[in-house]
Amino acid sequence: MIPLEPHLCQRRDGGAKLLVPYVTGGLSDDWVDVVHAAVAAGADAVEVGIPFSDPVMDGPTIQEASVRALRRGTTPGSILADLARVDVGVPVVAMTYYNLAFRMGDLRFARSLAAAGVSGAILPDLPLEESADWERESAAAGVASVLLAAPVTPDDRLAAIAARSRGFVYGVSRMGVTGERLSLAGSAGVLAKRLKATTDKPVLIGFGISTPDQAVEVCAEADGVIVASALLRAVLDGGGPEAAAGFVGDLRHALDAG
Amino acid sequence: MSMTEPSSGGRFGDFGGRFLPEALVPACLELEEAFRAAWADDAFRAELDGLLVSYAGRPSPLTEAARLSERLGVRVLLKRDELNHTGSHKINNVLGQALLCRRMGKRRLVAETGAGQHGVATATAAALFGFDCVIYMGEVDVERQSHNVFRMNLLGAEVHPVSSGARTLKDAVNEAMRDWVASVTTTHFCLGSVMGPHPYPWMVRELQRVIGEEARRQCAELLDGGVPDVVVACVGGGSNAAGIFAGFVDTSARLVGVQPEGGAAIGRGLPGVVHGSKSMLLQDEHGQVSEAHSISAGLDYPGVGPEHAHLASGGRAEYPSVVDAEVLDAFQLLSRTEGIIPALEPAHALAWVVREAGRAIPSGSTVVVNLCGRGDKDVAQVMAHLGHER
Ligand SMILES: Cc1ncc(COP(=O)(O)O)c(C=O)c1O
Repeated sequence: MIPLEPHLCQRRDGGAKLLVPYVTGGLSDDWVDVVHAAVAAGADAVEVGIPFSDPVMDGPTIQEASVRALRRGTTPGSILADLARVDVGVPVVAMTYYNLAFRMGDLRFARSLAAAGVSGAILPDLPLEESADWERESAAAGVASVLLAAPVTPDDRLAAIAARSRGFVYGVSRMGVTGERLSLAGSAGVLAKRLKATTDKPVLIGFGISTPDQAVEVCAEADGVIVASALLRAVLDGGGPEAAAGFVGDLRHALDAG
Repeated sequence: MSMTEPSSGGRFGDFGGRFLPEALVPACLELEEAFRAAWADDAFRAELDGLLVSYAGRPSPLTEAARLSERLGVRVLLKRDELNHTGSHKINNVLGQALLCRRMGKRRLVAETGAGQHGVATATAAALFGFDCVIYMGEVDVERQSHNVFRMNLLGAEVHPVSSGARTLKDAVNEAMRDWVASVTTTHFCLGSVMGPHPYPWMVRELQRVIGEEARRQCAELLDGGVPDVVVACVGGGSNAAGIFAGFVDTSARLVGVQPEGGAAIGRGLPGVVHGSKSMLLQDEHGQVSEAHSISAGLDYPGVGPEHAHLASGGRAEYPSVVDAEVLDAFQLLSRTEGIIPALEPAHALAWVVREAGRAIPSGSTVVVNLCGRGDKDVAQVMAHLGHER
């Protein structure tokens, strides 16, 4: 497994803006090819969603992807087995909801991620007050526990989130669920700036970043972006790995051109 | 065991907590603070009590069910919360939360609903207070409770049918939470049961405590200062049960929460985390939440409030289940013996009493049943089930 924070810091400090596409694990037979395509097109890390039956932070696109994956019989184990067989080449960060970790047991879940080569994990329904056990067990397994900050997070919580987050800090661009948006919320840049003022860890902004222009705009403040629904939309609409490669390539190009 | 304030962070033993996206945590902290202050504020309590009396029609009577008692060989007392304005106990909770919403300076309510009773109650309070109101309801429930959808519309609420998942209560909660994440600065999420993140399980139980306090007083009068042997309520999320249990938890009364067979989170579930708290939950081996199945839209939920999981694990309350056929029988039995058509939800509580009278309930016992809703909303559905037999 590639350690998440050193890898992202090295790329950032080398002058790059970080690009992290999200792919729902088990979405299709060729979902691992979608991951490879995204990496070949310039992803600095990949977020792999482990679908949950009740994704309350997700809008229609990721919900649709989750339903499709679950209907195919996708399980946490099947996704991790798929990942264990390949070398993605950049760090993989799992994103799921806490019940899947809780059911398996925090430590067992963290170890199974590590065994599959997964470097980090994002559990959006585990806020500071509930995450201490998970942070300890994931650290014991060598998996970075990435915490999220929101536009309404007050300064004292923001500082605690930044201090306790591992790998990078995930800034939620706006108040709302995941999903494509026509424009970037003003809150995205504000949050990125506040986070940058409190931490040297990489600050990545996600939720609703849909176009190369929006990615460039938010990267005026942030170290990078996470792009999920807009990419998945292309894949869900039948585009497959080629669509993913094209979309990620456009984002990479725009970010590199600044 | 007692039913007091949960420990910090909202724990009832191993259950409860606040498993929420960061975006919603500040709102829950604000709500917790607002509720704690309001609950200690005599003026707030007086205003709520005034509404409960003059608007909702409290106190609800405790009715001796003489013919049913004779039939069963146990003495059945019915706590008549179905007589409340809007037809169920849901109004107790909603009036309190509407007052809190106003106190926090918010002017929009969102809520989930299953049977539509909580949606109707929320829409009613929104009309009374002049709030905007959006209700999320699974498509299956929109279908089987169409009468309540129209009532909500008449009351000025928008009803959003939810087409994800099993299209019932669980999915309605998901959608209401998604709305709330985007609207939290102006909107109060008026949760309808003792579930969700802290402070909801505690707050909703306190707002429903009035059922138990009244019933305790009424029992004392009727039973010469005594308490009943058994207190029975149906359990979906568990708010009507928590409300009536709170009045008797410190007595010798047996507390029984009756679940639908297809939604028996306590008994068939495992500990899990969904919708903001840790509790017992129907789920598969991987932790994917299962779909519940019940004839009653109000009980069609795979989880249960965390305090009930705690009361069960400590042995203070028990949570048996009944099947749909028993529920339909009890629904008809109460109608014919007492002239009261119950909602399908409390018909679960009655069904357990009918089944267990002379068995788990010794003959001659005194049993209080929380009759938390009336059956008007269910008449069309039951008619279809019975195929117009009579
Ligand atoms: C009459 C009635 N009873 C019970 C319930 C279930 O809720 P709870 O278990 O919170 O009392 C409902 C929910 O719709 C209801 O309408």
